[in-house]
Amino acid sequence: MAEVEETLKRIQSQKGVQGIIVVNSEGIPIKTTLDNSSTVQYAGLIHQLVLKARSTIRDIDPQNDLLFLRVRSKKNEIMIAPDKDYFLIVIQNPSA
Amino acid sequence: GNGPEDQPELTEDELNEEITRILTANNPHAPQNIARYSFKERSYKPISVVDQMAVLFVLESSLLHEDSDEARRLRVKQGLLKEDGGDVEEAGEEDRPDSSASKADKKEPKLTNQFNFSERASQTLNNPQMERICQTEPPPRNNFSATANQWEIYDAYFQELQKQEKNKEKQKGTQAKKDNDKSKKKVVLTETQTDDLSKVSDASKIFERMVNQNTLDDIAQDFKYFEDASDEFRDQEGTLLPLWKFQFDKSRRLTVTALCWNNKYQDLFAVGMGSYDFRRQGQGMLLFYSMKNSAYPEYIYPTTSGVQCLDIHQQHSHLVAVGFYDGCVAVYSLKQEGQEPVYKSTAKTGKHTDPVWQVCWQNDDMDNNHNFYSVSSDSRVVCWTLVKNELIFTDTIRLSVNGALSNGPEGGHLPTGGTSFDFHNQIDYLFLVGTEKGKIHKCSKTYSSRFLETYDAHTMAVDAVKWNPFHPKVFISCSFDWTVKIWDHTINTPMFTFDLNAAVGDVAWSPYSSTVFAAVTTDGKVHVFDLSINKYEAICQQSVVAKKKTKLTHIEFNPIYPIIIVGDDRGCVTSLKLSPNLRKKPKSKKGQELPKGPEAEVAKMEKLLSLLREPEQSAV
Repeated sequence: MAEVEETLKRIQSQKGVQGIIVVNSEGIPIKTTLDNSSTVQYAGLIHQLVLKARSTIRDIDPQNDLLFLRVRSKKNEIMIAPDKDYFLIVIQNPSA
Repeated sequence: GNGPEDQPELTEDELNEEITRILTANNPHAPQNIARYSFKERSYKPISVVDQMAVLFVLESSLLHEDSDEARRLRVKQGLLKEDGGDVEEAGEEDRPDSSASKADKKEPKLTNQFNFSERASQTLNNPQMERICQTEPPPRNNFSATANQWEIYDAYFQELQKQEKNKEKQKGTQAKKDNDKSKKKVVLTETQTDDLSKVSDASKIFERMVNQNTLDDIAQDFKYFEDASDEFRDQEGTLLPLWKFQFDKSRRLTVTALCWNNKYQDLFAVGMGSYDFRRQGQGMLLFYSMKNSAYPEYIYPTTSGVQCLDIHQQHSHLVAVGFYDGCVAVYSLKQEGQEPVYKSTAKTGKHTDPVWQVCWQNDDMDNNHNFYSVSSDSRVVCWTLVKNELIFTDTIRLSVNGALSNGPEGGHLPTGGTSFDFHNQIDYLFLVGTEKGKIHKCSKTYSSRFLETYDAHTMAVDAVKWNPFHPKVFISCSFDWTVKIWDHTINTPMFTFDLNAAVGDVAWSPYSSTVFAAVTTDGKVHVFDLSINKYEAICQQSVVAKKKTKLTHIEFNPIYPIIIVGDDRGCVTSLKLSPNLRKKPKSKKGQELPKGPEAEVAKMEKLLSLLREPEQSAV
C-alpha cells in the first residue's frame, strides 16, 4: 500500500506532472492532487470516455480489452489506466 | 261468594297464601323423545331441539281492508253498499293510527290559521362526513435498461462457463476444499485489510515509466534512433553518447561495485553498492534498474554489509548471487517478497573470512541443483550449491603463491587472495583466477592440487579477468597497474598490452564482436578498443563523468543493444550509446557478403593472433 503511495508521490514530483486522480468504477474520484472542481470534471468526462473506448475495443473483438488510453493534446497529455475496479489518470505537460 | 258450585271453600289464610308461579321458556308438554330418519346418515336420529312454542289464545281479526274483495262481498251481503262506508273507515282509523298519513293525503289540506300560524321545523345535526384513506408504501421500482452488446453476451457466456468449471472442480474434490476454505478465509481477511489504492499499484508503476519516458523523451529517441553522423568523417574513431543516468538518493555515498545485465529482460540490470575503501565500510545496497525508468530502481535490497560483486543467473533470471565485504555470499530472488535473501552463507556454513570479490553462476549440477562459485581474499574458491533451503559449500581450490592446495595450508605455501575469476564458456572445468599479487592462474575444477598454468600478468591486483565470448583461447585482464592485457591461454606472455595512463577498474568484451572491448579507468574515462581496426590505441577515449574526481569502477555491455553502462564511486550508473564506428562491421569488398556469426568472429580474432604468433615462432 505504502509502496503505491510512494510511487504516486514520485510521479507527482516528476517534471510537468499536473495532477493524478484515482477514480473508482462508478466514476467517483477517491484520490486526487488537483482542486475539487477540475477533479470532478476530469473524472466525470474521462469515465465516459473510458466506457466508450472500452466498448469500442470490445465490440470489435469481445476477447480483447482496453488496457491503456493516452490522449495527447495541444497543452498536455492525459494518460489513463482503466483497471476493472479503479482507474488512474495522470495529466502531464511533456514540454514543461 | 257467587262462584261456581264446585268451587272449594277456602279459608282466609289459604286465600292469603302466596303461590309463586314461575314461567319457563320450556313447554312442559313438548315431546322429548322425537326421532327422525336422517337421509344424510341413513339412520334414525333423536331430535334434541323441539318446538317449545305453546299456543294459548288465538283471535282472528275481524277487520277487513275496505278495498279488498272480501269487504265488498261483505257489504253486498249486509246490504250496506249504499252507505258511504264511513263506519268501516272510522273503525279503521281508530285501530290503525299510523295509517292516518295516507288518509290525510286523500283529504283536502287542512286550512291553517291565517293570523298567527307559524310552522316550525328543525333538523338534527348531520354527522360530519369523514373520509379516511390509507395507502401502503409503493413497492420499490427499478428502471433497468441495457444494451446487449456482442461483448456483454460474450462475458455472460464466459462467466457461465467458469461457473460450470468451478462446479466440476468442486465435485471432484470436496475434501480438499475444506482445507482450501481456511486459507480462503485468510485471503479474504487480508484483502479487506489492504487499502483500495493497492489495486492501482500495477498501473502506477506503468505510469511512472510513461511519465518518465515523456519527460526524457529525447533520450528515448536517441537510444532508439540516433546514429552519430559525424562518425563518417572521423575515419576510425567513435564517440559515446550519454543517455540515462541512474541515481538513487539513498546510495549517493556508496560506490558501484558490480554491474550485471539481466539476460532475459535486456532493459534490466543489477547494481551492487558498497565501498572499496576498507576504512569506510558500512551498509551496502543491491539495486535493479530498468532502462524504462531511470528515475527510480525497480527493486531495492538494503544490505548490512557492502556488496562487492553479483551475478544474475543466465536461465533463471530472478536469481541473483551476491558477495559481500564481510565474506558472506547470498542469493536473492526477485520473485520473493521482502528484502531478505533466500539463501545466505553463515560462519557455520563455510562463509569466506574476507571480502568476496566475484561470484559466478554455473550450469546446474547432476542433481539439477543451482550452483555458483565465489572467490575471496581469504584465498578460497568455493562452490555453493542451493539445496532446498540450504547453501552447501565445497572448497574447490585454495590459492597460494606457489601452487594450489586443496587440503588446507601446508608449510611453505603462502596463501594469496583471489580478486577475480572467470569460467570458460565451452570447456566446463576450466577457469581463471586473478590474485592480489597480480598473477593469473589457470585452474581446473576437478584437478585442484596444482594450477594448470600461471601467468605473470600484472604488478598489482587483477581487477578483472574474462574469457573472450567467441574465441575459446583468448582472455583479457586488467589491473590497477594501468594496464589491460590480452592473452592466449596456451601462451604465458600477453598478446597485447595497453597502457591506459590510469588505474583500470574493469574491462569487458563486447557481445557483438570478438575484437571489441571496453575498459574504465579511475580518471573517469571509458576506453573502447577494436583490435581489428586499431591494434595500438583505443578508438574511443572519452571522459563520461561530471566531476573530475569521480572514479569509474565498472562497465558492462548490454547483451543486445549498442549500450554500455558504467558505474562510478558516487553511486551513479551512466548508460552510453556506442556510435556507429565503435560497432563497425568489417568492410565488405564490393558486394561481397562477409560471413557473419560466431565462426566469423573467431576467424577475425584468429587472424589477429596469427599475425602476432608468426614473428615469435620465426624468432624461436
